[in-house]
Order: sequence, then C-alpha cells, then structure tokens
Amino acid sequence: MESSGLRGLGGAGFPAGRKWRIVRDQVAPKLMAVNIDEGEPGTFKDRTYLERDPHRFLEGLLIAASVVGIDACYIYLRDEYHGCRELLELELKKLQANPPFKLPLIELRRGAGAYICGEESAMIESIEGKRGEPRMRPPYIAQVGLFGRPTLEHNFETLYWVRDIVQRGPEWFSSFGRHDRKGLRSFSVSGRVKNPGVKLAPAGITIQELIDEYCGGMQEGHAFYGYLPGGASGGILPATMNAIPLDFDTLQPYGCFIGSAAVMVFGDKDKARDMALNVMHFFEHESCGQCTPCRVGTGKAATLMQAPSWDQDTLEDLAIVMVDASICGLGQAAPNPIRCIAKYFPQEVA
Amino acid sequence: MNAPVNAKELQLQIVEFKLDGQTIISYEGETILKAAKRHGIDIPHLCFKDGYRADGNCRACVVEINGERTLAPSCCRSATAGMEVKAQSERAVKSQKLILEMLLSDMPDEGFKWVGDSEAEEQKNQHGELSTWATRMDVTVRPELKALRREKVASDVSHPAMAVNLDACIQCNRCVRACREEQVNDVIGYAMRGSHSEIVFDLNDPMGDSTCVACGECVQACPTGALMPKGLIGSQIVDRKVDSVCPFCGVGCQITYNVKDEKIVSVEGRDGPANHNRLCVKGRFGMDYIHNPQRLTKPLIRKTGVPKDENATQNPQDWSSIFREATWEEALEAAGGGFKKLKNQYGNKVLAGFGSAKGSNEEAYLFQKLVRTGFGSNNVDHCTRLCHASSVAALLEGVGSGAVSNQVNDVEHSSMIFLIGSNPTANHPVAATWFKNAAKRGAKIVLCDPRITDMGKHAWRTMQFKPDTDVAMLNAMIYTIIEEGLADKDFIAHRANNFEALKENIKGYSPEAMAPICGIPAETLREVAREFATTKSAMVLWGMGVSQHVHGTDNARCLIALVSITGQIGKPGSGLHPLRGQNNVQGASDAGLIPMMFPNYQRVDNPTAHAWFEKFWDTPLDKKPGYTVVEIMHKITAPDSDPDKIRGMYVEGENPAMSDPDLNHARHALASLELLVVQDIFMTETALLADVVLPASAWPEKVGTASNTDRMVQMGKKAINPPGDAKPDLWIIQEIAKKMGLNWNYAGPDAGVAAVYDEMRQAMHAAINGITWERLEKESSVTYPCLSAEDPGRPIVFDDQFATADGKVKLVPADIIHADERPDAEYPFVLITGRQLEHWHTGSMTRRATVLDAIEPLATASMHGEDMTQLGVVAGDVITVQSRRGDVGIHVRRDDGTPQGVIFIPFAYYEAAANLITNAALDPFGKIPEFKYCAVKLTKGGKAPVSIGYGTNDSKQHITA
Repeated sequence: MESSGLRGLGGAGFPAGRKWRIVRDQVAPKLMAVNIDEGEPGTFKDRTYLERDPHRFLEGLLIAASVVGIDACYIYLRDEYHGCRELLELELKKLQANPPFKLPLIELRRGAGAYICGEESAMIESIEGKRGEPRMRPPYIAQVGLFGRPTLEHNFETLYWVRDIVQRGPEWFSSFGRHDRKGLRSFSVSGRVKNPGVKLAPAGITIQELIDEYCGGMQEGHAFYGYLPGGASGGILPATMNAIPLDFDTLQPYGCFIGSAAVMVFGDKDKARDMALNVMHFFEHESCGQCTPCRVGTGKAATLMQAPSWDQDTLEDLAIVMVDASICGLGQAAPNPIRCIAKYFPQEVA
Repeated sequence: MNAPVNAKELQLQIVEFKLDGQTIISYEGETILKAAKRHGIDIPHLCFKDGYRADGNCRACVVEINGERTLAPSCCRSATAGMEVKAQSERAVKSQKLILEMLLSDMPDEGFKWVGDSEAEEQKNQHGELSTWATRMDVTVRPELKALRREKVASDVSHPAMAVNLDACIQCNRCVRACREEQVNDVIGYAMRGSHSEIVFDLNDPMGDSTCVACGECVQACPTGALMPKGLIGSQIVDRKVDSVCPFCGVGCQITYNVKDEKIVSVEGRDGPANHNRLCVKGRFGMDYIHNPQRLTKPLIRKTGVPKDENATQNPQDWSSIFREATWEEALEAAGGGFKKLKNQYGNKVLAGFGSAKGSNEEAYLFQKLVRTGFGSNNVDHCTRLCHASSVAALLEGVGSGAVSNQVNDVEHSSMIFLIGSNPTANHPVAATWFKNAAKRGAKIVLCDPRITDMGKHAWRTMQFKPDTDVAMLNAMIYTIIEEGLADKDFIAHRANNFEALKENIKGYSPEAMAPICGIPAETLREVAREFATTKSAMVLWGMGVSQHVHGTDNARCLIALVSITGQIGKPGSGLHPLRGQNNVQGASDAGLIPMMFPNYQRVDNPTAHAWFEKFWDTPLDKKPGYTVVEIMHKITAPDSDPDKIRGMYVEGENPAMSDPDLNHARHALASLELLVVQDIFMTETALLADVVLPASAWPEKVGTASNTDRMVQMGKKAINPPGDAKPDLWIIQEIAKKMGLNWNYAGPDAGVAAVYDEMRQAMHAAINGITWERLEKESSVTYPCLSAEDPGRPIVFDDQFATADGKVKLVPADIIHADERPDAEYPFVLITGRQLEHWHTGSMTRRATVLDAIEPLATASMHGEDMTQLGVVAGDVITVQSRRGDVGIHVRRDDGTPQGVIFIPFAYYEAAANLITNAALDPFGKIPEFKYCAVKLTKGGKAPVSIGYGTNDSKQHITA
C-alpha cells in the first residue's frame, strides 16, 4: 500500500499505507469507519463505483480490516443514496451469509444529510449518536476515535482501489500519471462540458486536458471561463490557469486544492462571483455552528459577498479568522472562494 | 501492582516550552491557557470556565504554535517540551480580536449583564465577560459588521426564576455543559446548525414549560447574560457580597449572598468542599422567604380568653385575632418566667424543649444546655428524631459513631453507588449531581426504593422492592455474599465481631425465599450482591426510606453488615453515608440536642460523661435520659398523676404541629400545654397553638456554624439584619436562660456566638478540638474529626479501626419485622410520605419563597397511572386519602414511578397535611415514627383545600417592603 502511493481519496490525501501502519500499531480493540457520506458538492464518484461494483469496495474493506486488525467496521452512508443502501445491505447480507473468513462486525449506518458529517471526526460523533461536530485534534482519531478507540477511517474510494493494488501490485497504480504526478484519479466532472461524469484519469492531468480528452470539450455556446478544481471548498480558478496539474499538493500554491476531485467547469455566460456566493451560502447552511469563526463568519461573508462591490477589508478579515481559527476544514477552507474571486476575478467585484 | 514505588513518580512532570519568546514551565497535562495565566499572561477566553470541560469552541483563546498550519485553542492544548507558542503575536492577536468583534457585532444594544466597578463602566460593558475582554483587548465593532447584526431573538421569561435572552447568546455552550455535564439534568441542548444554532430547552420548549429543575447552574455559567436570574438583570453592582452556607438541606453548599438595599437579590454557588460552586433551586432561588411580609417582627402574646384551637389549621398567617403584640421584656417574662413558675410548682420533669436542625450549632448547644441546666431534665430533642434517629442508633451500636464514614463526593472513587430509600435529586440535589457524574464515568448506581425516582434513569439496576421489605431484600444480599463465598474473610477476621451470629441468622434468607416477599427476582438480588461484594469500591447512601420505619434500626443494621462482610468500608469510595436531611441536623445532634446524649454523643447515663458535664457546666444534671419527640407528645397528655407529665414547652424553630406523625394527636397535645413558647420566623402551625411567640432570625440574618452531612463544620455569615424587632435566636435563648435564673455570660458580637462556639468546642473536644472559631473564619469549612490546629480533618474514617470500644464493627443480625399498620380490606393502600425538590420540611420557609411557590404551589398525591384508572380519576382530580387517624383531600398527580397500591404525599402542605394520616408507631431503638408506611383508603372526590399556600405569589400581598 505504501509503495502504491495511494492517498486518501476523500479529500485530505493522507497516504493510505501510512495510515494503516499507524492504526495497526495502536492498542486493540481497533475500529474502522468508512465514509460514504459523499456530500461535497459536485462529487459523485463513490456512488458511481458503489452502484457498479460494491464487492470491490467490500474486499478492500476486509483487506484493510485484516491488515490493521480491526474488530468492527462502521459504514456511514449518505442517506440520499437509497439505491446504494439497498444494494449494500444486500451485498453485506450475502457476505455475512457466506463469509470467506471470520468477519469483523460490520454495521451500516445512515447519515442524516449533514455535509459536516463527511468530516472524519464529525462523522465519528454522528456514528456515536451525537450531534455532528468535528473534534479538536490532538488527539487524532487514529489514537482516540470512534467510541474512544483507535480508528482507521477511509473514504469509500480509497478502499475501492485496494483490491486492484493487491492483485496487480503497487507499481500498477503508480504507473499512471502525467506531468510528474503518479496514480489514478476519479474526477467527478460537471458543469458546462459536453460529457460530464466520472472520469478515471491519470493524476496530474490539467483541466484543459480533462475537458478536451475526457469530456468532449465545452458545451455548445459556452467558452471555458473558469473552474472549481475541488468541489465547493477547493477554490475557483480562471480558464487562463488551465495548465496546472490536478493532484494533491499541486494546487496549494494558487490557494486551491483538489479535495475529492470534483471538478466544476463554468463558461463565459456564468459569473465566478455567483459560484463563490453559492458555495458560501452552502457553507453557511452546512456549518455545524460549533466554532465562532465558521458559524458567524460564513453568514457574514455571504451577506457581504452580495454587494455589487465587495468590502474587501472586512471580507479579508473574516477570511483570516476563518482560516486561522476554525476548528475544522470546513471553516478553514470556506474563505477560498472569497480569496480566489478577489485574486483571479477582481473585475467582477470591483 | 501499579502503585508508585517512589516519591518521584508522584511528582508532577514538568514541561518547558516557550511562550512569546520567554521560557516557561508548565505541568504535564496543564493547558497553555492555564500555564500562561500562571505566568501573568491572560489569554482571552469565553467558552472556557474553570471546573468545566474545556470545549474550545469560541476560539477567542487561539495561539500560534510553531510548525502548525492553523492557530490552536490554548484552553484545550497542552504544551509539549520545546514547543514554541505565541499568544501575543500579531497573527494570534488578530484572530483573538476578530473573534471578539464578530461575537460583539451580534449583541443587542442593551445587554443583560452589565459589569464594572462603576455605573459608567457598566454602561460600557453590557455583555458580561464578552465586554470585559473586548475592553481589555481594545476591540470595537466596525460599522460594516454592526450592520450585519443577526435577527433579534425573542425573550423567554416563562420561568419564574430565570430570563432567557438568547439575543445575547454567543453559543459558547457553557450552559449546555452546566446542565448536561455538571448537574446532569439533560435539559439544555444545542440545536440546529450553523448560524441557526441555538440553545434549546428540551425540544425547544419555553424554559418554564421544560423539564428544567431550576438549579440555575446555567445562569451561573453564562458569560454574557443570555441566561440570567430574574433578580439580577442589568447592573451587577451590589452593596455587598457575603459568603455563607446554604440554609436548606444537609449537603451544605457554600454560597455568596448578593445584597442590595438590604435585600438578598441573588445567590451564587461558592467553591465549597461539598458543592464546588453547584447549587439547587432552593439554595439559588429560594432565599427570598426572609423578605416575606409575613415574617414575625414583634413578640406576641396570646390574647386573654382566646382558646387554643387545635383544628384551626387553615390560613396560618392570619393570627391577629389570636395574639397581641408585646414588648420583648413582657414576652420574655411570660416565657422564661412562666417556665420557672411551672418548674417551681411541679418539679424538674415538667418542661421540655425542641431545638432545631435548621439553626446553628451554637444555638443547638445553648438550647440543650438551657434544657439540661435550666429546665433541669434531658427532655430535649429535635427533628433528628423524625429523620435519622434509627440510622444513628444502628451506627452507634455497630461502628461507634453516628456520622458518615465517607463524604458524598467521595463517590468519585466509587465503582458502585448503592442508594437505598433516598430520592437525592429532590432532597439532596447537589449530592445527586456527584452520583450522576460518577455514573457518567462508569460507576454503577443501584437504586433500591419502592418508588423509582429520577435517579432511576442513571441507575445500573433498580430494585423496586415492596415497601416495608428492606430487611428481606438486604438479608438476601448478605445471604448471597456469604453463601457464594464472596465475603471478605480477612476483613471479617480482623475488623468485625459477631459474624457467626449474623451467618447463623441469615440462613433462612436465601434470595429465592425472599424474592416473593420483597418483589425482586432472586437472580437480580444475587447479581447485585455479587457486584457489591466484588466491585472495587462500593458506597452505601441512604435516606429516610430506610430510617422512618418501626424497623428502621434493623434496616440500617443490615446496611452496616453489608459493607462490613464485603470490606466495603474504611477506604476511598466505600462506606456508609446516611444522607442528613436538614442543613444542621448533623451539628444539632453532635451538639447534644438529643435526650439521651450530652454533646458529642456522651450518654447521659454514662457516669464518667455525666460527671464531666456536671463539672464543665458547674451544675447538677439529670442522670436519666429524657423523652423523645413523639414520647413528649404523649407525656403532655399523660394524667396529672404522672410525675413526668409535661406542662410547658419551648419550641425553637421546629414545627411539630406539621412534622409529627398523627397530627390530630400532636396538635391536641400541643394545645393542651399550660405554657407553649414558640420561637420562629413565621407564624407556624405550632406557633398558632402557643402562648408566647418570639420573633427570631432567619439563617442569613445571623452568624453561626452548621455541620453538614459530610461532617464539615461550616461558617454561616450574616448578610442582613432581622426585620423589625426580630432577634437572633442565640440572644433569645440567653434571655430565656436569664429569666430561668442561669448566670451565663457570653461576651462578644453577635450575641457572643464565638464564645458559645468555643465552649461547645471544649465540650466536644474529642471531635472538633482543632476547629477554632478563628480557623473557621479563615477556612469557612473544616471536616472533623479534627483534633488539633494542624489537623486537616478526616474525610474518611474507620480506615484502620472503628469508633467502638474494641475498634471492631459489631454485626447485628436483623429479622423481618412488619410495619405497624399493614393494608387490609378496609385500608388497602400504603401511604409513603416525604419531600419534594422545591419544598423543605413543613414548607414554612419554602412556600414563602416566590420562585419555589411558583414552581410547586399545590399539594399533590403521586399515584401510579393504573391505580388512577382503577379509581376513575385523572391527573388534577381531587381524591380523599383516609387512614384510621385522619384524612385529607388532595389533587392527584400521575407518577408511574410510584408502585401500584402505594400513594405518595409530601408533608410540606398545611392545607393537605400528610401527617394527619401518618402513624406514630415507633422504632424501638431510634424512637423514630413510621412516616414511610401506613394503611390508607382512597376515594374519588372530596374536599379540595380551600386556601392554597401563603399567597406568596398573590399580587395583592406581593413583597413590596
């Protein structure tokens, strides 16, 4: 796993093999939590894969559980995925009826429509039956996680690739890639492209290559104007910056990140500021309300962002405190659209 | 073994780190916030409150830590060696100030908690701690943010005691932690999401309609005034703050009175050893009884020719047709002079006195001294007789001391809390919080009670045994422990006597045989017994459900046996704790306010003790124990030929015309006295039968000490003067003594209270010699036994030996004795009496407190829903409860925690006085009446009380003085 370079595909990109090693070294009993809450706007890769090949995911889950020494697995499924639930229940039943070896306890838990419960520790709180609020770190959930036990938490897709890596070897996975990046990425492409959908493409591909090679170009009547490289929180870039390799770590210099690889493409008939406002309203709605910067900041920012001409000083102050002082990634990343608009689309808010 | 092997292991590990460039030292586990504070750097913080779990949600305390991407909350983070922390860097301060500005921007123009030393400062700082920090950090809100202020939130003033103004809420959730983690009442929650997040009560009910028990921990926790006591909204400037101790139950919470314009406007919890800032509804919101206009302010003498009407129980505040006002001189002459006359005419045995567990130690001591040296007999008692007399009898016999072995909050170290015959959430609410905290961290609570009370939902097992079957249930547990070889043989061999007799006696008490008797399945009895015997540490706590039976002493004997054969005593988290009912019932008993004992439980018939006190008081003393409370009532109605017939009584702060069993008899007896002198703060039912009524002082109006259930002697301070001509009780007792011809001289302020205390300390030297008045002034609370100035006091006793002659516990076998009056065809129900959260004792104080009266204005009888259906009544209907002795009409309240076949009535309501019905049958050892069991019949309908309460919340006579 370590050699394959597989990284957490929920968004944070923590090396999967290292995570296994860390949790494996903790004291038993150890638990696993699987995140299929898939709440990041524009992301639909997990559902696509789950609907088509649920067993591949279950194999990955069992391999991870046996390598790390997991006693119980909790699968947290987005509740809007009714079909997936039915399917997964069926597959789990089959698996449990005819186990290939002694299975860990596997429980399927339903989410309740909160974006924040996709944050790993908020998800754990939710599984424990509590209000979905992110936890403070340290301690990290690998040490003190679900029900106070060391916990291995993975996004669905991370586990989905485990079987292939085991079967085909680590080099197989790392043999993919472009522009000096390695591995495969499942891009959920949406917006003004001709053929949206889940695109399994080499890591490091640029937006232009993705649109041209995988999506059949832009829709008729729309010229490429900008894109959100990583869902709601990954920032907004203009079409002029179309040659950046899309991968973990490559977008940070531009104030963006790839996250769950939800790429939203917009055209010349769209306004970037509308995108930004839309996601800020989303954050305001989805903020858990625990910490001041996010609870107060997202709402105030959304109001200020409606002004034709932005109050840049106040918005930047809100951005500073949200980035620096929020508890979790939601609040810390919420100002990305503000800053991207100010930096890359200043003409829209002058 | 994991025990530390050398002292070094016990030392706090030191961590060196850099704070703002300066190397400082913190202790392992200490947060950066606290370490910084110790070094004089005060980092702003709002959601952090000392003593509460740090939550880190407000983010006002964020600091920069070298190598970390974002700022970290200093209230939650501990420093590690070599860490470089910047609390005052530009980056950290930027966020700290922005947080304050964001929160402030949503505040209303006018706040609810103004703070500052002057009015001008208060005007600037309208939002409590938020404003204080904003001022300190020089933060003001820019107009651009002010313009975005959130929508106004409506006030919720539905609760009698507290106002909810979420307009000033900063969502710090201190109130949530107060309600859920400190008090564990689980009422306040944090609902909704994002900027809609809000504090809610239950399912977003108005506070007044919620299940809130009004402990007020949340208002004490709220930093901004969003939750406030109604009496203290706005300016917080008071004339003075006076530290004292709560006058209600035996828990002994330390408090601070806030006094403004000679009124107690609010009460705060103080960090006392028993309560650590916590309070309950009585302590926090029940203090304004002292300002009730019905306070007695002049001495009163019965008008000539007005007979004592023992049936005149309605409307006890209307006394003008019965009494006339008198001067102190006239009243004292009528009282003290009258006693002297009776004594001269009939001899030493004709007078008796009831002191009070609601008064101070000094009053109790002086009162019993007055009876013993002035009246000339040992006819002195108080409400301990009605409360834990049987427990004390068993404890003195078994372990040699009537007090608790371990303090309440020692349950922190218990792995099991065995709670029997006690309803602590109602009667010892702050003690209950420690149980609930323990349960949250995994301690197993076993609740044994015929009624499943609120503690039931925190219990690991509830044993709802049939009333009157305590001994059967406990013996079955003892049987199991012995039979299954779970007894602690070593403990028994070295520290117990009489085990063989216990073992022999227990033979017929198998769980299987007892199950049908007590109603608990044999397997449950065995399971609980096994757990009790094998758990690390088990504490037994009990209340009046154990003691108020004709077999109360036997019940307590079983509990002593239970802890002794398992070795669950004499170590942390294990032992015996009878939860004392009133604020000073422990102290009053210690001080000798009991007929068979001098101070510190020296038996009056013990020649050595007798001689010691004759010398100490320099006067001859009666060698014979006096009569107890109920016996005195009988002795009043004894024939004239009885030389012990009681003809005159001095009742200080007691209300036997409400609190005694079989009130018709008790009231008849009190009305039959030739001279009854009652000293109280209100016209009680007893005072209505008096010849002389002396207006006394309430607890906040005098100086004195009280001893709580934990054996802590605690200092009570005077906050305000008594109203009118009312006098400190200590002064009145001394004046009566003077009239009796006693030559006392207690010099000094506050009626010589310090001098009285010092004499008492000498009389009780074997217990409190090390607790001087000066030490109490300084420390507020000292635990006894404490034998020298250096002695810190002993919270846990019996660790190496018991207080018996040979140092061993005496095991006393007990057999089943039935209640005196069991249900039959004519009287098929069982009546249990007791208390409820808001009302204390006979209600004379609490029913005159506006908040308490507003929450519980009306007498109700609790009944199981199934019984109600069978009787054909619904909640709110009137029923008549009748025993062979009396009846009351009362409204029904549904309570499925009350078992079928049982009805529960609190005894605090004069208009439906439960004790008209109760049985005066006594426990032979403790002489305690059987308040917890008598046979009654119920009929639908009847006469509901004509008047309700004392009009405390009636606007026509609302407190205006």
